[in-house]
Amino acid sequence: MSRIKARFRELGEQQRKALIPYVTAGDPQPDVTVPLLHALVAAGADLIEIGVPFSDPMADGPVIQAACERALVHHVSLHDVLDMVREFRSTDATTPVILMGYLNPIEVWGYEGFARGADEAGVDGVLTVDMPPEEADNLIQALHARSLDAIFLLAPTSSEERMRKISQMASGFIYYVSFKGVTGANRLDVDAVADKLGEIRGCTDLPLGVGFGIRDPESAAQVARVADAVVVGSALVGKVAGLVDHPEAIPAELAATVAAMRAAIDLQSTT
Amino acid sequence: MEQRKTAEAAALSDALPDERGHFGPYGGRFVAETLMRPLDELNAAYSRYMKDPEFLAEFDSDLRHYVGRPSPLYYAERLSNQIGGARIYLKREDLNHTGAHKINNTVGQALLAKRMGKQRVIAETGAGQHGVASATVAARFGMECVVYMGAEDIRRQAINVYRMRLLGAEVVPVESGSRTLKDALNEALRDWVTNVDNTFYIIGTVAGPHPYPAMVRDFQTVIGREARVQVLEQTGRLPDALVACVGGGSNAIGLFYPFLGDPDVALYGIEAGGDGLETGRHAAPLCAGKSGVLHGNRTYLMEDTDGQIIETHSISAGLDYPGVGPEHAWLKDSGRARYEVVTDSEALAAFHQLTRLEGIMPALESSHALAYTARLAADMDRDSIIVVNLSGRGDKDIQTVADLEGIKV
Repeated sequence: MSRIKARFRELGEQQRKALIPYVTAGDPQPDVTVPLLHALVAAGADLIEIGVPFSDPMADGPVIQAACERALVHHVSLHDVLDMVREFRSTDATTPVILMGYLNPIEVWGYEGFARGADEAGVDGVLTVDMPPEEADNLIQALHARSLDAIFLLAPTSSEERMRKISQMASGFIYYVSFKGVTGANRLDVDAVADKLGEIRGCTDLPLGVGFGIRDPESAAQVARVADAVVVGSALVGKVAGLVDHPEAIPAELAATVAAMRAAIDLQSTT
Repeated sequence: MEQRKTAEAAALSDALPDERGHFGPYGGRFVAETLMRPLDELNAAYSRYMKDPEFLAEFDSDLRHYVGRPSPLYYAERLSNQIGGARIYLKREDLNHTGAHKINNTVGQALLAKRMGKQRVIAETGAGQHGVASATVAARFGMECVVYMGAEDIRRQAINVYRMRLLGAEVVPVESGSRTLKDALNEALRDWVTNVDNTFYIIGTVAGPHPYPAMVRDFQTVIGREARVQVLEQTGRLPDALVACVGGGSNAIGLFYPFLGDPDVALYGIEAGGDGLETGRHAAPLCAGKSGVLHGNRTYLMEDTDGQIIETHSISAGLDYPGVGPEHAWLKDSGRARYEVVTDSEALAAFHQLTRLEGIMPALESSHALAYTARLAADMDRDSIIVVNLSGRGDKDIQTVADLEGIKV
């Protein structure tokens, strides 16, 4: 069983919701990332999403764009990101790690070579933002050959037909984009999310994660009421931006934010 | 053998793209899930209206009475004589309303936006020509218009920025990345994903997710259709070669497309060689790049070994883009078209040459095509015919040229 599947099963048995923090690898400098990942896990992260820096992050808002730029000053490559995952794995064998990024770095490496590298480093799932299922056959094949989960997005604009199709191709979990917009925008409408998740549940038994626009413990708890997993990205990455001159303070600061969200999420599931 | 290969490529290209927007391995639709439905809706509208006689009649009428088509095909006799080889004909897209071929496409897309009930249009622009062409049609149709432009380009192209504002458009400076055209495209895509219900994204070139490469091509093929008729009228035969500059590649596809099935017509696309390919400071993905995925399509890109997109350089802001339309990638691989580079200094020399010999001031983009034409024509005989796409006029570049030559205007 994949680590992602095992983790969601375990959470289901405990009737808890997953918290998935996102950080951009190498932001603001490469040596921050691995200690930060461990701190996030200690603070209550159930899975970790690691952003692969890209020069042209078209689906991201200004906060994550800036994170990519900070990481790319240090030329953080997809190979470097896998090295970070390998280092993280050496002392954490259970927390699932998902890479989130854009297709071109994978395209340039080659799908099979990348899948082998990711598997060997200890990656569990791959979410490629600009790779819709229509184009994904070869990549999915390469990922599955290495038992990596191919994670796909669904959006408010997805038709029922697409929900069914994407549910068939996805594994691990499905990432629902909570609104029409880019990461970090302030447009979250939990009722609308709940309605759409209801439709998606009619198409799949996979766990449903929700991301985009979750900025504080309150919105995390609201989303956790209707979803299986809460993804938090810009709210964390924005704190990194404020600490570029004090990188040693980043793990503790982000861990505190994650811990507060963790508490709010767990509180709502017991009430 | 060579001829059969080009004929086969032409027959194939005629049927391209496939229904999901592929030109061989290139093209496609690589966007986040949220944009899949709006792209499906756009594709449905485009497929429907390109077969709708009423739509086509309105498009033709606008091209004639608003844009000023047909644009002339002009025999540049003094230029031809000075070079001393083939006879050179200029397809005068510089004489279109707003001064470039860009308006053909923005008229087409605005008509489509109107039929789709979209009240707001957005566009990306580099040099500002596509931004001006978009602001122009938005003014005419009474639509709200937002143009994204790299902060660096805004600084370089102040006059076009003011022109867009006069036309009622909001020009939004893009401060991310390299602050040029590719970043403006990223920002326009971000706007579209946010305002997708009421907004039509007018892409300015034959790139982006399907159906843009095919749709923009179809709106620009009026250039080649006219040129074909005109060259037959004036010379009694088809040309030996067509030459056009290639940034994203819309003016080149517009000229080439109606000739793809004519194997004896050689096609030359000219990329921006900047300071020279050997310096790495250029914008020539077809000549010096590799295949990759950016801005919704698979194509040749300027990228590093990690797959990051690298900054480009060209004297001409309109060619300063790290990607290229997927159909050009396909035409290159199939061998039907050839792609060459011209450096900044060669383009500048061609700018002066045409200005002084013919009294026509070409855009720096088009000057790349002219510079290569001079090279090509010199090796051909007097009976040979070359048609060059003079895709835009050079007024917008006067400041750039003066600065380069140390002259204060």
